[in-house]
Amino acid sequence: MTIPVHLIWLIPALPLLVAGLGAFTRHRGVALGAIFAMAVAFVLSCLALHGALQHPAVPAVFNFAWFDLGTGSLQLGFLLDPLTALMCVMVTFVGTLIFIFSLGYMKEDPNFSRFFCFLSFFAAAMLGLLVSNSLLLLFICWELVGLASYLLIGFWFHKPSAAAAAKKAFITTRIGDLGLLLGLLWLYDSSGSLLFFDGGHGVLETATIASLSGQTLACGLALSTAIGLLIFCGAIGKSGQFPLHVWLPDAMEGPTPVSALIHAATMVAAGVFLIARVYPLMSADALLPAVPVHALTVVAFIGAITALMGALIACAQNDIKRVLAFSTVSQLGYMMLALGVGSWTAAIFHLLTHAFFKALLFLGAGSVIHASHHEQDIRLLGGLRTKMKVTFATFAIGMMALSGVPFLFSGFWSKEAILHAAHEWDVSHLPLYAGLTAVLLTAFYMTRLVAETFFGKARSHGSEHAHENPAVMTVPLVILAVCAVVLGFVGTPYWPWLQATLDPHYEPTHGGPSLMLLSIGLVGAGLGLGWWLYARKLRTTATARDPLAVAAPGVMAALANRLGFDPLYAASFGRLNHFLAAFADVLDRRVIGSLVNFLAQFGLFTGSVNRQFDEDNINDGFDRVSAVVRGTGRGYSQAQTGETQGYLRVVALAFIVLALVLALGGVR
Amino acid sequence: MTPLHLCLLLSTGLFCIGLTGALARSNTILVLLGIELMLNAANINFIAFWRYGPASASNDGLMFVLFGIAIAAAEAAVGLALIIAVYRHQKNIRLQEATRLKG
Repeated sequence: MTIPVHLIWLIPALPLLVAGLGAFTRHRGVALGAIFAMAVAFVLSCLALHGALQHPAVPAVFNFAWFDLGTGSLQLGFLLDPLTALMCVMVTFVGTLIFIFSLGYMKEDPNFSRFFCFLSFFAAAMLGLLVSNSLLLLFICWELVGLASYLLIGFWFHKPSAAAAAKKAFITTRIGDLGLLLGLLWLYDSSGSLLFFDGGHGVLETATIASLSGQTLACGLALSTAIGLLIFCGAIGKSGQFPLHVWLPDAMEGPTPVSALIHAATMVAAGVFLIARVYPLMSADALLPAVPVHALTVVAFIGAITALMGALIACAQNDIKRVLAFSTVSQLGYMMLALGVGSWTAAIFHLLTHAFFKALLFLGAGSVIHASHHEQDIRLLGGLRTKMKVTFATFAIGMMALSGVPFLFSGFWSKEAILHAAHEWDVSHLPLYAGLTAVLLTAFYMTRLVAETFFGKARSHGSEHAHENPAVMTVPLVILAVCAVVLGFVGTPYWPWLQATLDPHYEPTHGGPSLMLLSIGLVGAGLGLGWWLYARKLRTTATARDPLAVAAPGVMAALANRLGFDPLYAASFGRLNHFLAAFADVLDRRVIGSLVNFLAQFGLFTGSVNRQFDEDNINDGFDRVSAVVRGTGRGYSQAQTGETQGYLRVVALAFIVLALVLALGGVR
Repeated sequence: MTPLHLCLLLSTGLFCIGLTGALARSNTILVLLGIELMLNAANINFIAFWRYGPASASNDGLMFVLFGIAIAAAEAAVGLALIIAVYRHQKNIRLQEATRLKG
């Protein structure tokens, strides 16, 4: 049994329906409806995956005309291939678990139904993004995802920090989206279509790709490179890549399930998905020797910088969610790195495994925060290992998956795939070195996080009285923990099922065991270092200084300050924006305003001249004529006294005069 | 003096009496009576000129008089109706006071 491609819109439509219904009611049943819709969407996605796996090399498409535009028509469409189907399964599965977790986490929130309405809306937009066969439809859903993210980050909008974070996320991603929009328009202008696959005419098919990479711009870039880089701008914004990563850590102001769903598992993966989707376009210039830069090279270096920078900053954060947020930034950098070095299957593999274990980690963090009365600072937590056994066990599995502990955990296999791909990249080995350093750092900061949160003794009132959460919150954790282990085995070098399914031309890499041994050694070193610094001598008071801060206070202060990106942006772009706004204000008030005022005064002057002429000349003339007429009428009306006998006298007098005239013969 | 002269003198007197009454009385009914007198003076003239005129064989004069009397009757009916209407408005029938329709 499978689902035909022209019905694949049902997958996003179900959550959208719940979101629409949820907008009209405050009934708590919206939550159950949302969970049910996501579960059904999960079943449909599994059916779609089953169908897609039967013909993995041929994407099934269903295109239709949206509206007519001049002589042609604007086409939208749906697409079903293994990439879409796998992403849909991941989003609906993780989404369902997070929805269930939210039942417990948001139980006491007064806006319970609104939360699920927004969550469903988000899921619908994300799934719509996945199934679209048109860059335009993808862009529409992309923006809807951004809107849902804004609504959910700002869900507790009465907190000024949450409102500011929502605004920051929205505006920062908009900057990247502008690039995506420009790329989209340029692509439509130069190829006349926005469909990915359209029976030979789509933008990802050989003919269009060849024509786009064949044209060279004035600066020496191939046309496909320029469009690809503009599209990549959108991915930079959405996936929190350097230099637009600043919104992602602030987005942790939203409720923790939102952080798990949007800012770890699914939405931020949209940028990676986008680049994987348009991969033929991005890699079209790979064989051109003369171009100054290849699009994918930029992607690889941005990814490498982000991976390293995110991991570095994560080492110095004290908020449990912010540590995870920066690790997300770092892991997304890994995925971009994998895309850039040419192994998009490894990127998707890491995306899928990361979605599960990062959702697990965030939900675990949510469980900790919920149990310890909304305490998020790891210096004030501690000692939760014995109080929250299930949460601790699952969190530890997630932590080991993220760190890449060998063989048993999924993160190890996907990270290995990326490192091997980076090793084989013949342009530069710098991304490989950045990735290896980030491996060490990831293991280190995750060890620190676990040691500070779960070991030692409780350092605040909230963590002292923490209790394990009810099953509605722990069961999703257990399920995700199982996935975080099992999922790695679908893409090992010995059985690369996932890679072979996604890419029919996939060839296994032959990195040899030395690289694997090196990365295992680095993971071990990171874990050991973290243990030596944080677990050997456990933190006893909340105010005790961090061992690293004692050793290198300047570096740690800079890292804790997130390398100063926020002050830098505030001082550069923020100030520039303020200056431009002030300039525009002056322009508006002084120049345009005075011009408008002058025109108004001129109009008033001519109007008064006109009025003067009208009153003095034309009106006066009429007044005089009518005064004469009135005076004459008044004179005649004097004769009419109303006295009948007066009239009769006149008649008699006239008769006598007439008789006299006749008698005297005056007429003849 | 021929009978014609006598008739004309009679009618002239009658006319003058009617005219004086119509112009001088303030009671509207008496004004109407004056007008009737003047009409009858004219009728006497018609009869006299017919009786002593050259064409006494035809009935011209009689016809004029008959029409005059009919018109006088109709006019008296309209006049009396007007007097009643005036009385309703000003509670008397003094003609000098009925000046409200002036311009």
